[in-house]
Amino acid sequence: MLGKTANGLFWMYRYLERAENTARLIETGQRIALTRLDAGDSEWRPVLQSAGSLDQFGLRHDELHKDAAIDWLLRDRTNPSSVLSSIEAARQNARLVRTALTHEVWEATNSAYMQARDILARKVGERDLPSVLGTLRQRTSLVRGMTHGTMLRNEIYNFARMGTFLERADNTARILDVKYYVLLPSAKAVGTSLDNVQWETILRSVSARGGFRMEYGAAAGPREIASFLILDRRMPRSLAFCVRKIREQLAHLAPGHRKPGKAQGKVAHLEHAYLTYDIDAVFDYGLHEFVQKMLDLLSDLSAQIEADFRFYE
Amino acid sequence: MNFDEMWGGDDRIRRPYQKFHDWFDTEEPARLRAKQREAEELFRLTGITFNVYGRAEAEERLIPFDIVPRIISDREWNRLTKGIEQRVRAINAFLHDVYHRQEIIKAGRIPKDMISRNAAFEPKMIGVTPPGGVYTHIVGVDLVRTGPDDFYVLEDNVRTPSGVSYMLENRETMLQMFPELFARNKVKGVQGYPTDLRRSLADCAPSGAAGSPVVAVLTPGIYNSAYYEHAFLADQMGVELVEGHDLRVMGGRVAMRTTQGYKPIDVLYRRVDDEFLDPLNFNPDSQLGVPGIMDVYRAGGITIANAPGTGIADDKAIYSYMPEIVEFYTGERPILQNVQTWRCSDPDSLAYVLDNLADLVVKEVHGSGGYGMLIGPTATKRDLAAFRRKLQARPGHYIAQPTLSLSTVPIFSKQGLTPRHVDLRPFVLVSPNRITVTPGGLTRVALQKGSLVVNSSQGGGTKDTWVLED
Repeated sequence: MLGKTANGLFWMYRYLERAENTARLIETGQRIALTRLDAGDSEWRPVLQSAGSLDQFGLRHDELHKDAAIDWLLRDRTNPSSVLSSIEAARQNARLVRTALTHEVWEATNSAYMQARDILARKVGERDLPSVLGTLRQRTSLVRGMTHGTMLRNEIYNFARMGTFLERADNTARILDVKYYVLLPSAKAVGTSLDNVQWETILRSVSARGGFRMEYGAAAGPREIASFLILDRRMPRSLAFCVRKIREQLAHLAPGHRKPGKAQGKVAHLEHAYLTYDIDAVFDYGLHEFVQKMLDLLSDLSAQIEADFRFYE
Repeated sequence: MNFDEMWGGDDRIRRPYQKFHDWFDTEEPARLRAKQREAEELFRLTGITFNVYGRAEAEERLIPFDIVPRIISDREWNRLTKGIEQRVRAINAFLHDVYHRQEIIKAGRIPKDMISRNAAFEPKMIGVTPPGGVYTHIVGVDLVRTGPDDFYVLEDNVRTPSGVSYMLENRETMLQMFPELFARNKVKGVQGYPTDLRRSLADCAPSGAAGSPVVAVLTPGIYNSAYYEHAFLADQMGVELVEGHDLRVMGGRVAMRTTQGYKPIDVLYRRVDDEFLDPLNFNPDSQLGVPGIMDVYRAGGITIANAPGTGIADDKAIYSYMPEIVEFYTGERPILQNVQTWRCSDPDSLAYVLDNLADLVVKEVHGSGGYGMLIGPTATKRDLAAFRRKLQARPGHYIAQPTLSLSTVPIFSKQGLTPRHVDLRPFVLVSPNRITVTPGGLTRVALQKGSLVVNSSQGGGTKDTWVLED
């Protein structure tokens, strides 16, 4: 496979995942704004932080208003991580690697793009927001479904999956980075109602409320949430899950390549040294420091994959 | 009165169209309109779009598709095929001659200046024989029709002809939308084209290529107007689609950068113009090409399809010599007619063209795509005056032809079946062993009433083209 094609696949799926994650963050932000009367517009700051675009937003807006924040995250083309920008970038990469995709995947991607362009052509009113977000997530899910249902399990698939899980791990880590203080052990055994809302926000922003309740019941607190998001190997958005997936994809690629790449070594180290202990070890290390470390290692891993597989000259 | 391919001259349905017409008569117009919309939706979804140069807002546009097929009988097709094969053989012989002994000049059939001072003549090809002796691996001959038996070649398109993806997708769309039509009509298949293309290219690999030759398609990238087609063909052939920056010259070969290192290529189907192919040998500013590829090529390390320098054979001034070229190399009379052409570089011709400007079509010698041409009969006084000045300033840049009364084929419009002018581009594959003409091609149709301009960049549409079994 061409290095350029591997690169295109990797980024196509990173952007698809990003579109979905940003849509989910908007949903979460909106949900809090609706359920907390005292919140005002302040809840949108951490949402923008989690989306990694608070600074850029600040360059264009003097104040943080809800409408402006939603518009920025949803459809602002100057925000490279907005849902619209991400879907456009995914589709642009899909065009670049058109020959590597099945007809079904390409059509699903192209129709996701066409629909996003249509429904995001104008500002989306509050009333339409839930259905617009729903449609967008359905559209990107269709691409994922077609990917699973029609693509050969070969190196094309491996690069697509690595893009997905690197972006997802990065997203989960950024949410933890912004909200880590909510999860720190507190002297009180039971959290305040404010804490409860914050915890719920975290779980919502990684679509994990249902799974968490199923696993831990209603009474569990921050320690379990942290463990769920970082170490749980069954939770499809946890760091441990994503990193394991990346390791597996790299292992699939290995036989075709003459020597094990450096990325394989790096992912093994990342998993072994940081994701095989229990949550107490993470708290001992310092939750914030741990999350920062994860973000660094993930970005380093991404760069190593690019180098190992000759994404660029 | 022009010739209509469905109604003939006397309003009797011509035989190839009879079954279609019977079917059409029983169809509800509302259903057909819905089908027309459905077809557009299919195209949009598949992403068959083209980019129009110089229009920022419409970066990807759809070429309008008309559901009425253009139908050609077996007998008509056989004659066309023979004419095309003859012409393509002559062109390849001409190219070899032009870059080697230049017998045709010595014989006095073409003036020396017409070759040596021609911008399309490529000195780097002098003395070079491409692998298998093939210069034009892929040809898309533009034909127009003026009567039941009168076909003219308008252009030979031997550089990098495009449009074949429309031939294939138009058929795919018709099969999906109107399967019943294909049950009633025996239509020859076009779907073998990608397989034929791959085999034909592989057959042209350098003799040193071991095993199954590695073929790749070279595209200028996703912003090129025909990018969809490049990706489509690579996909259908099952070969890599590469850009210049994926390639480099290593150890006398051209190799592509894969995830497992560099892998040599035997045959490069390039959709990049000569000028941009190699910054070391041609335009030094090109970002699209591969530095040094021409040196590998000249040493026989790779096949480039089509060969560099083929443009000399579809230059519009050389075009006017095609009857002589066909006779000179095949010893036969040309089967297909050439359109009478005035070379404005010749003072007498220029005088004639200036006197009759309002009746003629004037084209730039090196132009294409319908850009920069004048259609006398439909031009305004201002256009005519402007062109007159251009002609006087640089006569050598222009040729003129009579305005042909192009045949029409009906399109499906609000008024039902309404005739519109069409042309035809069959696609030809050339390998050392054989010449293959796919039965069908791209029919382009001018959607405006009376218009003679069928180019997609100028608002033309396309039709599926059927060649019937007898």
